[in-house]
Amino acid sequence: MFGAANVLAQGEAAFPPSVEDFYLPGILPWGAENSYWFTKITAMVWLAVGVLIIFFLATYRKPQLVPTKKQWLAESIYGFVRNNIAVDMIGHAGVRFAPYFTTLFCFILLTNLFAIVPFFQISPNSHIAFPTILAVISYVLFIYAGIRHHGAGKFFKNSLIPPAPWYILPLLIPIEFASTFLFRPFTLAVRLFANMFAGHMILLVFTLGGFAMLNANAWLAPVSVLSWVMTVALTFLEFLVIVLQAYVFTVLTASYVQGSLADEH
Amino acid sequence: MFQLAAEGGTEHNPILPVWQEIVVGSIAFAILCFVLMKFVFPRMEQTFQARVDAIEGGIKRAEAAQAEANQLLEQYRAQLAEARTDAAKIRDDARADAEGIRQDILAKAREESDRIIAAGKEQLAAERATIVRELRTEVGTIAVDLASKIVGESLADEARRKGTVDRFLSGLESTGAR
Repeated sequence: MFGAANVLAQGEAAFPPSVEDFYLPGILPWGAENSYWFTKITAMVWLAVGVLIIFFLATYRKPQLVPTKKQWLAESIYGFVRNNIAVDMIGHAGVRFAPYFTTLFCFILLTNLFAIVPFFQISPNSHIAFPTILAVISYVLFIYAGIRHHGAGKFFKNSLIPPAPWYILPLLIPIEFASTFLFRPFTLAVRLFANMFAGHMILLVFTLGGFAMLNANAWLAPVSVLSWVMTVALTFLEFLVIVLQAYVFTVLTASYVQGSLADEH
Repeated sequence: MFQLAAEGGTEHNPILPVWQEIVVGSIAFAILCFVLMKFVFPRMEQTFQARVDAIEGGIKRAEAAQAEANQLLEQYRAQLAEARTDAAKIRDDARADAEGIRQDILAKAREESDRIIAAGKEQLAAERATIVRELRTEVGTIAVDLASKIVGESLADEARRKGTVDRFLSGLESTGAR
């Protein structure tokens, strides 16, 4: 929201908000355009990583058989992903993947959550770079798991050749290839990115829209208030989207891993 | 919008990732994965396992103790039954022994009494014979003495010589016996 804040500070609300509102000026060097090494976005990523590491290390420094409250909290996060995602989707073999899935889930959840935390108010995942990284890891993970489980030949045969009559295979194989090896990482990344991007955009529209109307005509003040009320309501919706997208990303990754571990197509 | 774009110099395309962010995000996420997957979640698995072991181990220990107790109970019951049989056997044996001993003692006592009675009878007979012999001599002597006094002469030698007295006494005996 630095961009928006700058705009507001200048006294002119730039409305409607644009893509450029997502590309905030750098922190180091201060205010530099198109400098991405240290921006609010990367700072939030580092903060998320730091918070998660400190939280888990602190709560799990001395694990007890009978857990303390904090330990119980950390364990229930892990237990949720382990039992309700990894084991449910993949079965007993899923326990192996549970640590990564939990890390993934926590990282996405926390970075998404920045979208509605005051003063952060933008999610790093609204920059496609971060969802891309996670999607690439998921992509490599499910291919690697499949090759390791079946061997390369059998894995690609399982993934590409569905049990269908031979004369339809020329049609099916390209479709299978595209859906499994081309679209999966792309859809994973874009789904998360687009949700967070759109969420931020909608909140900007309603927030800045209120200011725009107020500046345009004092008689529009009640509508401005309505616009801001809508912002609050949409923030709740955004919270739902945040949790859901973190869950969906993890579940889809687990589902891809399950698909590549499965014996039959 | 156009202003900002002009300031930024270039229009941004949101679907194209910024490579600097990819680098930063990769490093940050790699660190996060490394720490959590190496130091936190494996320990959680261990704790879960320890908890399962603690619960299952408790159940198993209880089951083992129960089984041991049952086995001991069976063993004690068997021992008790065995002890009862033994006791009955010992009692029977003792009874039989006592009976045998009683019989032995009775037999011995009877034998002893018979022996004593027999000895007594023998002695009595011997004594009687001795007395009879002595009496016979004495009675003879007295009779001879008496007769000598009456007859006035000593018939002692004569009587001894001829065995008169004995013959008389024998005659007496035989008449007495008849």
